[in-house]
Amino acid sequence: MNTAVRPSARRITALFGTVALVLAAAGCGGGTGSGSAGGKVTSITALDYYTDATEHAQWGERLSACGKAAGVTVEHRSVPGASLVPQVLRQASSRTLPDLLMLDNPDLQQIARTGALTPLDRYGIDADGYAEGIRSAGTYRGKVYGLAPTVSTVALFYNKDMLAEAGVAVPKTWDELRTAAARLTRPGRYGMAVDANATFEGTWQFLPFLWSNGGDEKRLDSPQAAQALQLWVDLVRSGSMSKSVLNWTQADVHDQFVAGRTAMMVNGPWRISAMDRTENLHWGVAPLPVRRLGQQLLTPLGGEVWAVPRNSSEARQRAAARVLACLNDPANMLALAEQYHTVPSRSSVASRYAERVPSMAAFVKSVQGARARTGELGVKWPRAATGIYTAVQAALTGEQTPEEALRHAQRIATGS
Amino acid sequence: MRSGSRPAPDGAARARLRARVSRWLFLLPALAHLSLFFGYPVVKNVVMSFQEYSVTTFYTGAAPFVGLRNYTTALSADAFWRALLTTVLFTAGSLAGQFVLGLALALFFHRRFPLGGLLRSLLLLPWLLPLVVSGTTWRWMLDTDSGVVNQALRDLHLLSSGIPWLTGTSEALVSVILVNVWVGIPFNTAILYGGLQDIPAHLYEAAKLDGAGRLASFRHVTWPLLRPVAGVVLVLGVVYTVKVLDIILVVTGGGPADATQTLATRSYQLSFQQFEFGRGAATGNVLVLVSLAFALVHLRADRRARNS
Repeated sequence: MNTAVRPSARRITALFGTVALVLAAAGCGGGTGSGSAGGKVTSITALDYYTDATEHAQWGERLSACGKAAGVTVEHRSVPGASLVPQVLRQASSRTLPDLLMLDNPDLQQIARTGALTPLDRYGIDADGYAEGIRSAGTYRGKVYGLAPTVSTVALFYNKDMLAEAGVAVPKTWDELRTAAARLTRPGRYGMAVDANATFEGTWQFLPFLWSNGGDEKRLDSPQAAQALQLWVDLVRSGSMSKSVLNWTQADVHDQFVAGRTAMMVNGPWRISAMDRTENLHWGVAPLPVRRLGQQLLTPLGGEVWAVPRNSSEARQRAAARVLACLNDPANMLALAEQYHTVPSRSSVASRYAERVPSMAAFVKSVQGARARTGELGVKWPRAATGIYTAVQAALTGEQTPEEALRHAQRIATGS
Repeated sequence: MRSGSRPAPDGAARARLRARVSRWLFLLPALAHLSLFFGYPVVKNVVMSFQEYSVTTFYTGAAPFVGLRNYTTALSADAFWRALLTTVLFTAGSLAGQFVLGLALALFFHRRFPLGGLLRSLLLLPWLLPLVVSGTTWRWMLDTDSGVVNQALRDLHLLSSGIPWLTGTSEALVSVILVNVWVGIPFNTAILYGGLQDIPAHLYEAAKLDGAGRLASFRHVTWPLLRPVAGVVLVLGVVYTVKVLDIILVVTGGGPADATQTLATRSYQLSFQQFEFGRGAATGNVLVLVSLAFALVHLRADRRARNS
């Protein structure tokens, strides 16, 4: 969800991330929590990127409640999204990692590779009953290192009033999407909006189109990938989508939608509470269109996994694992999902949730087939991700045809 | 007083020693600061560029030595040369704009007029704003459809549609240069204004007596005397501009289609998005070398100016 959640903040905090690492070189260390090694553990530390004031407080309460059940107090800290990985690397080198660590799911394998995390099976925690996507995101070399209580993905949001006024049905195929977007476009308003930014967030939004059409990050220069990219190019060329999508973050896309400047958009459920607060906005959500009916919709999996870093005290690790297990129990999954409009990651809990909250049904359905970004390439994913957004940018600006752009992307992905 | 004259040479030697030690003691804080906060990171960066430095290194500390491989892969990529060209264009464009406008403003404020001092201090405003804040504001202002810049141009009937300031591949570089010029004007104005203050007023009077007009007195009095200061401004400008990261990252993120990707943003991307710290360091070192070259030019020009 990170790529997803606080996007414009991402770029900005990216700068602070750099600064953080520079400071790391200068050797500024951070403190660890209390609780002596060997003796009885009374408190553990937890680190995440929920910096938003309310979110931070809500997670703080949940961690405390789980800590109470595990017999420890939890010292909870949050850092901005983009500085989390630099911070973790710094703490890894100075051996000051927190006892319980949250990571955006595509980063988990990178950190697990360093050896700084402990496999969860040694605490008797397994990923049975979890949706396949999240299980693969949390797994490195056959061992589960991280588990997410809830997951999310992207879907098609639309403005009900605008669709009704234009007499357009919710598009299910790409052709329908092209027509609908064109018919919904008016002076001062576009039919469709996506995030085609030169960041991993842009990649994340393109993935459902790439994957559902049979495209694959292992081979980006395929005709299927070119068709997907052609769809975005067509939308911009025909004027149904602003060329500014090249520079929009997911938050910008949301703002355009809420301001009535676009009739449809690709976005995630974490926007729902803000949309609900907007007066006179009647929005609906549907699974993203596929090229032709019958194709299986494949969306990228978003969500944060929790992991237990390696440290000198076995007792602390066990306490942290108990808190992790508690966060991932069905009751907490349901509560978190309702709180943040996400989807419980255990399939059985998810179907119960879909019955209870029908408005989330589109997401529950999409998430079942959601694929982890690191599922295929693992730690090599960042290169492919860079290739993909570079291709999207080159094609949408008209610098290259989709085919040329994707051939170039493939070269970036394989590092040749 | 005999005993007083005997130890004189001894005392002088001790005094000399003490002077020498105290000289070094005065230098010590600066040396410690330099080696800790400049020397160490630079050395570390150089070492890193010869290693395979990955995320794993942070935990295990193991970074295999790979010789020049990071440099060969970094330098053989097309993207590197494109980024180098963009860096050159960005730097040259920014400097030209900043310097010309900065000099014009400095000359303007050099003349006395009511509220001149107040206006001059307001001019420093861009300098006081955090770059992330001004960058984000510029990003909104330059939006093709809803940005205030295009809106104003449309209202003035200068154009019918909108200029894709940030989303056109050729326009984006111009836009980030414009933003960077805006950021750099206060620095140029402040330093050049200082330089103008140092030019003795009687030279202008003499020039006037000789019948020199405004243009002639600028050419023959102001410019020759301002040249050392102008040199400093330009060289520092190069050093400040080649490494600009925040503005580009906030305004365009290096896009669209790498049109605003400079060596600085590329190095950042390699290190912090792709976690290839070795290649990122190698790219960064090229930047350090460019800055170093200009710093040497600056030092030499400075020395020559002082000798002449």
